[in-house]
Amino acid sequence: MKLFNEPSPLETKIISFRFGLENSASIDTYLAHDGYKALRKALEITPDDIVNEVKTSNLRGRGGAGFPTGLKWSFVPRVSEKPKYIVVNADESEPGTCKDRLLIQNDPHQLIEGCLIGALAVGAKKGWIYIRGEYNYLIHIMDKAIAEAYKNGYLGKNICGTDFEFDLYTHTGAGAYECGEESALLESLEGKRGVPRIRPPFPAISGAFQSPTLLNNVETFSSVPAILRMGGQAYADLGVPRSGGTRLVCMSGHVNKPGVYEVPLGFPMMKFVNEIGGGVWNGRALKAIIPGGSSSPLLKAEECDIPMDYDAIAKAGSMLGSGGLMVMDETTDMVKVALRIMRFYQHESCGWCIPCREGTTWLKKMLQRVADGHGQTRDIDLIGDLAQNMMGRTFCPLGDAAAMPTIAIVKKYRNEFEEYVARNPFASPELVSIA
Amino acid sequence: MALVNVTINGVQVQAENGALLIEVAKQNGIEIPAFCYYEGMSLQAACRMCLVEVEKAPKLMTGCTLPVAEGMVVRTESEPVVKARKTTLEFLLSNHPLDCPVCDKGGECELQDMTFKYGVGESRFTEIKQHVPEKQWSPVVFYDAPRCILCYRCVRVCDEGMGVGALGVSYRGVNAEIIPSNGDHLECDECGSCIDICPVGSLTSGTYRYKTRPWEMEHVGTICTHCSNGCKTTLGVRNNEIIRGNNRDKSGINGEFLCVKGRYAFDFTQHPERLQTPLIRNAAGELEEASWSRALKLVAEKFKALAGPDFGVIGSTRTTNEENYLLQKFARTALGTSSIDHHRTGDVVTLVDSLSGKTGQLAIAEDLYTTKAVLVVASDLSQQQPLLANKIRANFRHHKSAVYTVTPGPVREDKIARKAIRIPEVDSLAGVEQLRESLSKEAELVILFGDAIQGDKVRQLVAFGESLGIPVKYIALVDYANSRGALDMGVLPDLGPGYHATAPGRSLQQMLDDPDLSALWVVGANPLKGGKSLASPGAFVVVQDLFLTETAQRADVVLPAASAYEKNGTVTNVCGQVQRLKKGIETVGSKTDLAIIGLLARGMGVNLGKVDADAIFAEIAAKVPGYNQLPMPVILTGGAVQTHPVNGGVPPSSVPGIIASARDTLFTTGSLTRYSKILNEVLEKPGALYS
Repeated sequence: MKLFNEPSPLETKIISFRFGLENSASIDTYLAHDGYKALRKALEITPDDIVNEVKTSNLRGRGGAGFPTGLKWSFVPRVSEKPKYIVVNADESEPGTCKDRLLIQNDPHQLIEGCLIGALAVGAKKGWIYIRGEYNYLIHIMDKAIAEAYKNGYLGKNICGTDFEFDLYTHTGAGAYECGEESALLESLEGKRGVPRIRPPFPAISGAFQSPTLLNNVETFSSVPAILRMGGQAYADLGVPRSGGTRLVCMSGHVNKPGVYEVPLGFPMMKFVNEIGGGVWNGRALKAIIPGGSSSPLLKAEECDIPMDYDAIAKAGSMLGSGGLMVMDETTDMVKVALRIMRFYQHESCGWCIPCREGTTWLKKMLQRVADGHGQTRDIDLIGDLAQNMMGRTFCPLGDAAAMPTIAIVKKYRNEFEEYVARNPFASPELVSIA
Repeated sequence: MALVNVTINGVQVQAENGALLIEVAKQNGIEIPAFCYYEGMSLQAACRMCLVEVEKAPKLMTGCTLPVAEGMVVRTESEPVVKARKTTLEFLLSNHPLDCPVCDKGGECELQDMTFKYGVGESRFTEIKQHVPEKQWSPVVFYDAPRCILCYRCVRVCDEGMGVGALGVSYRGVNAEIIPSNGDHLECDECGSCIDICPVGSLTSGTYRYKTRPWEMEHVGTICTHCSNGCKTTLGVRNNEIIRGNNRDKSGINGEFLCVKGRYAFDFTQHPERLQTPLIRNAAGELEEASWSRALKLVAEKFKALAGPDFGVIGSTRTTNEENYLLQKFARTALGTSSIDHHRTGDVVTLVDSLSGKTGQLAIAEDLYTTKAVLVVASDLSQQQPLLANKIRANFRHHKSAVYTVTPGPVREDKIARKAIRIPEVDSLAGVEQLRESLSKEAELVILFGDAIQGDKVRQLVAFGESLGIPVKYIALVDYANSRGALDMGVLPDLGPGYHATAPGRSLQQMLDDPDLSALWVVGANPLKGGKSLASPGAFVVVQDLFLTETAQRADVVLPAASAYEKNGTVTNVCGQVQRLKKGIETVGSKTDLAIIGLLARGMGVNLGKVDADAIFAEIAAKVPGYNQLPMPVILTGGAVQTHPVNGGVPPSSVPGIIASARDTLFTTGSLTRYSKILNEVLEKPGALYS
């Protein structure tokens, strides 16, 4: 299968090592390369052992929030009157992020195996893979893999000759970013309008159909077989303390070799851009990097010399997020970046709560006006202020996701906004209060 | 439940563990403003107005979803909270049209109030606002999306409150708006609850919009004149015209609930065909207008001449207790007849007799909200008894009560029923019997039954209830606003006030069928509806009514009567709860039935004492068993008090088949609703309004 990008020798291929193999999505290829070995191992140990192994691995959620996976798994009640479910979040919609699609496209059985291990750990018998509507072609690949797994006794009843049973289904979204938020995803999965739910209760207690649900990202589930195969400690040792293992980082933007690369947590960001990515294109200088999808605040070039792990990036004032790393060269117009990001969030705001619904719209209109050359000096402060007013006040993190990059851009590149305003012949310097 | 200590704004208060912070604050006199939070409805946390500061929480928390816990320290007026409210309102108003000067809601708008109290008073928004045109969803419901703040109250009241689910949300982000589940029009009860519950002027009423400002009206709390449930409705009156009916103060037995009739069907009072002058049949056999004095003189003379056992009197299911009491008293004394009856719609008489010697087994409306289990027999409650149905739904929603139905066809209560038995009405008791095992396991039960259960079947049903071994209460369902009062007041051929046996006379049907009937006096009823005729060709017929009904067309004298919205007095609802009517308007030319009876008595030289609603009610309270010892202050201040009909001593009276409910729907209740323009408009719209 043709690869998304040429692999780099600097990668540590743990979950992407089957990418590029002949027929890598087929069960035969999978079985020939350690496939379903972790499942057999999981069948021999207790559910608690599985959860402990995942805890030991220091695996953190790869969807964006970075919540410790083992801990999340341990929240699902052991005993439940209701059936328990597995849900895979394959609603990969964060701008700059394109890793889950490769995992499903190149190695769907790894995901199935991860789900099976999750099901063993929590005692689930049914699961869904919620795939975003735009990934229509992946649904066919996934469905084919699921059919193969059924045929080979890895799904259905009596899996691997034991009394373990598990059914897995695909479910398609309809094109809403919001449905990547786990509770909105569950609403959508249940056939309702994709708006987030009040939490608590969290999905581990009351998720799909009000039942305990283990909900993780595609990459999170896909990392589980490797953890069981190599052992939690060995996996954890690949990364840094508190952030174990490797993750797929999606590099896009103004670099010579954009692509999805698997590197250990804590890999230096500048080394990643310069050596794996081949440096900023056209010989230009680096201006800024968005480290983890469009909702993570961007880092100025001088802030980028940090390791890529959750804590280090948080310390720098941003997030590792979904692993969507976007590189911007010195020619990048930051007002337009802010506008483009806000256009996305305005378009994707579900409308459920007021600050996000109205805030993103207002900000988009203002940013558009500034970018069109009709900005006023007061608009710059107002943009920052409005974004600040959204922060922490919305129902779900979408509002924060829209506000954070805006706040960062206005703060770090205020001069560019001022240049836009200076070009407006009708700009009035003062805000005239009518109060 | 355990109590916990919570500190709100520095004041330590005690609250039930797990109670919502917004409620705890309210109980302690602290307002946490909110739009989407609504008591009794599911939680949304969408409007973000109720954000408060909670110690140790990383960010502001929504007071509407936060359960209080021991040691919680909350600040509702701190600087970050005040700022958050200001900015939330700023966001809300950014796309709001701010057309308050022409908005129906202006003056009673929650957004307006909040903006005054918590807003910034200045707009920083200079962009072009989002606009979409207003839509009309039904004859009575209009939706203006730009005004909408998306609090989803309407969606919830329709789904959770009414059990209809006619509303939903469509599109997303700033384009999100409320839409009918049918796309462009409503197919629902048309109850208008969505309009009432809307905190802004987004949902407006087809009957009220652009007619007045709220502060220009007088607000008169009275009782709805349509079905038997006795909902309190607050009439908005301006210039002697009823403009609006709602019950936003949540008083009365219904709280804020009203159905389509209670909310809109007051417009019959202004119908152009309303009688405003007496009519007398002239020599040519045509009804011609006459003065009140001429008409009253003629009727008094005729009544005096024709008084005797062949005189027939038909009372009303809508006039007040006082009027019915005075009518039967006048008939039985001055007119010397026992032939007095009314359109009977439910067998309360046999129920009262069946419960002889027992007390506290007649349920009130509130019982349906608190009881553990309900059994509905042979009635489509949501159509015919909307308040009772609403109470049952609310009970199910809030307390997970058990609901059982035994009905001939599908009813809305089936959706929440633990068991629904589908059986022809005649076999209802067999259906009830099938539920014996389930019902006997319940802690308590309220049984409601329709007119299919009458006579011996009532006794069998009560025997069944008593054999369950659990506390059981009963409601015999009747049709109209004062059906129960007419029974209680003894507008019956063989029972006087308080179900005391009197000399027997003709029943309603016997009066119509009797060729020797000398006179027929019909007060607020239409017995000739549906092509029926009067067997006695020479009978002198006097009709008191609002309109020229089928019966009035046969009359020799027609006297224009006042409606329930135009008089004082009391009515008794289906559960025997007495409530007070308050006069809202006056229609020129009409007189109350009480006044007409009084004037006729005077014309005949009969002394009925002081003919005034309060005086007659005092007489009722003194003389009618069940109505004595009613706490007057409660009634006078608009409360509802249950009467206690006598236990025992009631002889079996009803002839089988004489009791017949009109089987009305949500959109009909006899002649009044025929003259309600708005109800007819709602009915005329194509498509099944309720299925």
